[in-house]
Amino acid sequence: MIQAIAVKLILSAIVAIASIYVGLGLKGVDRKLAARMQGRIGPPLRQPFWDVSKLFQKENIVPYHAVDWVFNLMPLVAFTSAIVIMLYMPIGPLKPVLGGFGDLILVVYLFAFPSLAMAIGGFSSGSPIGAIGAQREMVVMMSYELPLAIVVFSRAMILSSGGIEGLTLKLAIDPWSMVGMLGIIGLCLLLASLLMVIPGELAKIPFDQPEAETELAGGVLAEYSGRNMGMFYLADAVKSLAIASLVIALFFPWGISSYFSGLPELGGYAVTAWALDGAFFLLKVFLILLVSVTVVRVVMPRVKIDRASSFYMFTTGAIAAIGMLLIYICINGGF
Amino acid sequence: MKFNKTFDRALWVFHLNTGSCNGCDIEIVAALTPRYDVERFGLKLVGSPRHADVLLMTGPVTRAMAPRVERIYRQTPEPKVVMVIGNCGCSTGVYYESYNILGPIDKFLKNIDPDVKIIYVPGCPPRPEAIIDATAKAWLVLEGLRGDA
Repeated sequence: MIQAIAVKLILSAIVAIASIYVGLGLKGVDRKLAARMQGRIGPPLRQPFWDVSKLFQKENIVPYHAVDWVFNLMPLVAFTSAIVIMLYMPIGPLKPVLGGFGDLILVVYLFAFPSLAMAIGGFSSGSPIGAIGAQREMVVMMSYELPLAIVVFSRAMILSSGGIEGLTLKLAIDPWSMVGMLGIIGLCLLLASLLMVIPGELAKIPFDQPEAETELAGGVLAEYSGRNMGMFYLADAVKSLAIASLVIALFFPWGISSYFSGLPELGGYAVTAWALDGAFFLLKVFLILLVSVTVVRVVMPRVKIDRASSFYMFTTGAIAAIGMLLIYICINGGF
Repeated sequence: MKFNKTFDRALWVFHLNTGSCNGCDIEIVAALTPRYDVERFGLKLVGSPRHADVLLMTGPVTRAMAPRVERIYRQTPEPKVVMVIGNCGCSTGVYYESYNILGPIDKFLKNIDPDVKIIYVPGCPPRPEAIIDATAKAWLVLEGLRGDA
């Protein structure tokens, strides 16, 4: 019993540290690629690491009007909840570390946590700019929760129709082979709406209204400096990895090691296969973030807050709902 | 306080117009464009003084801006460097002895904080190359703050 807990703790620590490094690395790749798309040279790939290191050395100011314990607590909550999401995600060949302690619905709620912490932090900063940013954060969050929930529950519907008990992400099951033609169209629509949710979830252009630098001076983050700001920076980096892992877990849970035979093993463990699957996982994460974050934020301007809300509530929500309907017909009608 | 080497590779810049004619501000924007691209040195324009390491100030301090300049300077977390862009900020330039200004930025800030660290970029307006050169000088100033050599 104690041994099992110790193993879980060690694995959690490894996943946490690895996801911080990978998340920051992805942020560096994103900034470099965005700069190249704009015809600039761009910062070095290690830039996010330097940014974080700098932020942790800066003075940490708590504004006079802020509620200081909430103000200082919320960056920590955002950061830890982003890490906890990663513990519920299957990462390449690795099964979710906390797989037995929750299900898919818990993951959906965990995704709301970092945004919620940011909004509470914005309200507690005592600044009108922070409060407006926090209100916008809540509006965007409530809007994208609808398509996100529809996507996740449709995927759960497929899982439960195949006779898998519970809604855990424990098993990497290919959804595309479990449905017919109509279901595949439905899955494509769900994938599209989930990719549309990503910029809103990560507060990236065109849905970065909560942090709009030119109009709100940083919005929810306006009063944060030093260590607290660094925590939010790390939370953002880990969250981008987490949401890409969710897309992979729901739609692309394949490895490539099964296509190779005779991979060398080390002491009975398929180390080479794990490395191969891990690298393939990183490639998938990179491609998903390239499509739905980097390209989108380079080619699009920031939209107004009401447009963002109606886009998620009606456009993305409708696409996701049609996808869900198609999958329902496919499973129950046998198409 | 001790700061390690990463500090001067990730300077975040807040731009504050203390009463300039907008000429220098255009040159600052030019330094961010693809031709000069200061982001390759890790510089980033931020929206809030709370996030900033460097305060880019343009123009002489006008009477209307004076209280705001003081507040924004105090809102910036330590360690910080002030970069004065343009002749007007360095020496009041064409506004010399004008009735509605309080003087150059360095005199004004030294009344608020005697230890203020200032980098001067003269020119009317200075070229983006001069601004990029001044960010290198900002690194030198911050290296002076660094504990380990």
